[in-house]
Amino acid sequence: MTDTGSPSPSRRSLLGWGGAGLAIGAAAAGGAVAMARTEDDSEPAGSAIAFHGPRQAGIATPVQDRLHFAAFDVTTDDRDAFVRLLKDWTAAARRMTAGHAVGEGAYGGLAEAPPDDTGEALGLKPSRLTLTIGFGPSLFEKFDLTDRRPEALVDLPKFAGDNLDKNRSGGDLCIQACADDPQVAVHAVRNLARIGFGKVVIRWSQLGFGKTSSTTPEAQTPRNLMGFKDGTRNIAGTETDRLKKFVWVDGKDGPPWMEGGSYLVARRIRMHIETWDRTSLQEQEDIFGRDKGEGAPVGKAKERDEPFLKAMKPDAHVRLAHPDTNHGATILRRGYSFTDGTDGLGRLDAGLFFLAYQRDVREGFIPIQRSLAADALNEYIQHVGSALFAIPPGVRDQDDWWGRTLFSKEA
Amino acid sequence: MRPARPASVVIAAAAALAAVTGCTEKSDAKDGDHVINVTATDDKCQVSKKEFPAGHVELAVENKGSKVTEVYVLFPDDRVVTERENIGPGTKQRVTAEVKAGDYQIACKPGMKGDGIRQAVKATGGKAVQRDPRLDKAVAAYRAYVQQQADETLPKAETFAKAVKSGDLEAAKKAYALSRIGWERTEPVAESFGDIDPKVDVREDGLEDGQDPATDWTGWHRLEKALWQDKKIGTREKDLADLLIKDLKDWQNRVGKAEITPTSMANGAKELLDEVATGKVTGEEERYSHTDLVDFKANVEGAQKSYALLKPVAKENDAALVTELDEQFAALDKLLDRYRPNPRSYDFTSYDKVGKADRKELSDAVNALAEPLSKLAAAVVK
Repeated sequence: MTDTGSPSPSRRSLLGWGGAGLAIGAAAAGGAVAMARTEDDSEPAGSAIAFHGPRQAGIATPVQDRLHFAAFDVTTDDRDAFVRLLKDWTAAARRMTAGHAVGEGAYGGLAEAPPDDTGEALGLKPSRLTLTIGFGPSLFEKFDLTDRRPEALVDLPKFAGDNLDKNRSGGDLCIQACADDPQVAVHAVRNLARIGFGKVVIRWSQLGFGKTSSTTPEAQTPRNLMGFKDGTRNIAGTETDRLKKFVWVDGKDGPPWMEGGSYLVARRIRMHIETWDRTSLQEQEDIFGRDKGEGAPVGKAKERDEPFLKAMKPDAHVRLAHPDTNHGATILRRGYSFTDGTDGLGRLDAGLFFLAYQRDVREGFIPIQRSLAADALNEYIQHVGSALFAIPPGVRDQDDWWGRTLFSKEA
Repeated sequence: MRPARPASVVIAAAAALAAVTGCTEKSDAKDGDHVINVTATDDKCQVSKKEFPAGHVELAVENKGSKVTEVYVLFPDDRVVTERENIGPGTKQRVTAEVKAGDYQIACKPGMKGDGIRQAVKATGGKAVQRDPRLDKAVAAYRAYVQQQADETLPKAETFAKAVKSGDLEAAKKAYALSRIGWERTEPVAESFGDIDPKVDVREDGLEDGQDPATDWTGWHRLEKALWQDKKIGTREKDLADLLIKDLKDWQNRVGKAEITPTSMANGAKELLDEVATGKVTGEEERYSHTDLVDFKANVEGAQKSYALLKPVAKENDAALVTELDEQFAALDKLLDRYRPNPRSYDFTSYDKVGKADRKELSDAVNALAEPLSKLAAAVVK
């Protein structure tokens, strides 16, 4: 499917209230979406997602199983060189998302020179690979672009409980690679990084598995590593109205170059897995405001039953993350679980790599995260990485390139 | 240096040097003239012709035996012209090489062991192949450079050895890194011999299976450990100092005869940066003395030399690449200069004093240079 999706009114009418909770939190959300699932929702496994379109793929696109996210620092101060890189990246992304090798391929060329493509994705299907680029606040300091920095691209405030590692935070730009095959996603980031040597360097990166939210109405709501269902009510790729209202930047919102784009918050949320696993079932369920088996909100029978927030404890995660608690604040989530080995103290270095898209973080992530300062879940999680990116509109056609609206002199 | 590797890898490296020779040469031989059919069985190695015109040669190998085999084209002194390993039973492989007029041997090795079953063959003629005289000049100049580096290294190594032998710890430490500069500048050529490198530049973890560090570990890094970690010089160290000089003399005598081609020069430059990326940037190479930045600088200088000699041709074929390489070499030089107070001395900051963020910056700069440098070979033979 394309990144705009095809609206399906019959399905949309079933989607109930809007509002994903946050991160781990979004266990919030009930809703009737499961019933709306039809066979035509699913993409054939391994297919290619259209790269061209008014909006970038990888946001409203049905969430793939795997993630490789990379944040880069720009090392060149030559604007033309950077624009050339964006064009080279676009060309490579166009080929890789279609399931082709980069440049002239991984073999068959000159024997004495390294091939253009690294080759580990040869023979693999496109695996619904999407590549999404974003520009961080620090990029605008470079290349004299401060007058083009969107107001919505704020410096995120410090939130209660943050323990941010600067080596896992920030970045001048990011690439989000999502695919159903991890090798395809890793191949994509690796080849883009290679093309970028000398102009950009990877600042930090994150692998993710087991999507923790879905942008497709589906029967099974994914669970996070705490074992709870997550993201039942996330905005679906088919919900044109809610996407328009909460996700896509409108022409009147900010700089014209951002029209059709979005804003991405990326947070690495470490879970204290061992202590969580020692927590009684009752406490776990109280903390989330849902039961663990069915995922039903407190006092309800089914996962998708409308939650009654006042029935939950005041510090229950669902209650605090819910749009009703946050003046309707709603975001689109594409989070993934991560496990990066152990931390040297014998504890699993695992958690949620939270990715949220919204039209304006000042009305999306920030108020929700502030509300979560009182969250009972905070005893079991810690935000250790953080970054914010402006996601420009899509690459329209063969002649267009990532970031053209920002970097074109005439734009 | 590199950790010790299986002999086959060493051979492959040598083969790569030899096999690329042809890329600047065009053979006039008719198609078919240059194809030799090789039929390998468990006890035979049959070739369809024993004489063929010099130039581009292609072996069409078929393994009709029951064992995995490998096929070599060898110089009379057993140096490898080209080779192909892992040819399974019932499979066919093509192996190509550029061969000058002269005598050779084709060897099949059923089971991939031993000296193999050999056939003497002859490349005839020596029809003048079109070569770019500028590249010939570059190769000659680089060969002279390599020899010069070896010649200049010997006295410095002798100063180091003398200090070790006189038991002067401080003098030995002072002379250590300087004695390695010429070697580090030309390492890929030295490595192409395969046997010298493991004697003079191996690290303890690079010893092969079954080798005993107490008796088999020789060369610079063994002495480095004695000087910086054990902080003492004994009889063994004094003997090792003599041995180092003996092995380096062997290098000095042979290095001028190494197979050098324009593409091996280009790829050698890239390999020097790879040496930096895998050994120096991590601080593994000089783990006791922390003189990694001296090696680092020397590796870059060696790469620069190759590049400078190939640049006129590369510029014609890929001007953008040359611009990029000039920029990245300059950027890396500038970065390295931050770590030495005097740009004419090799007195660099001790690498254990270089923080994590600075190491990443160095690593990024190496990647920024090595990636375009990997395209130099293609630009030279285009």
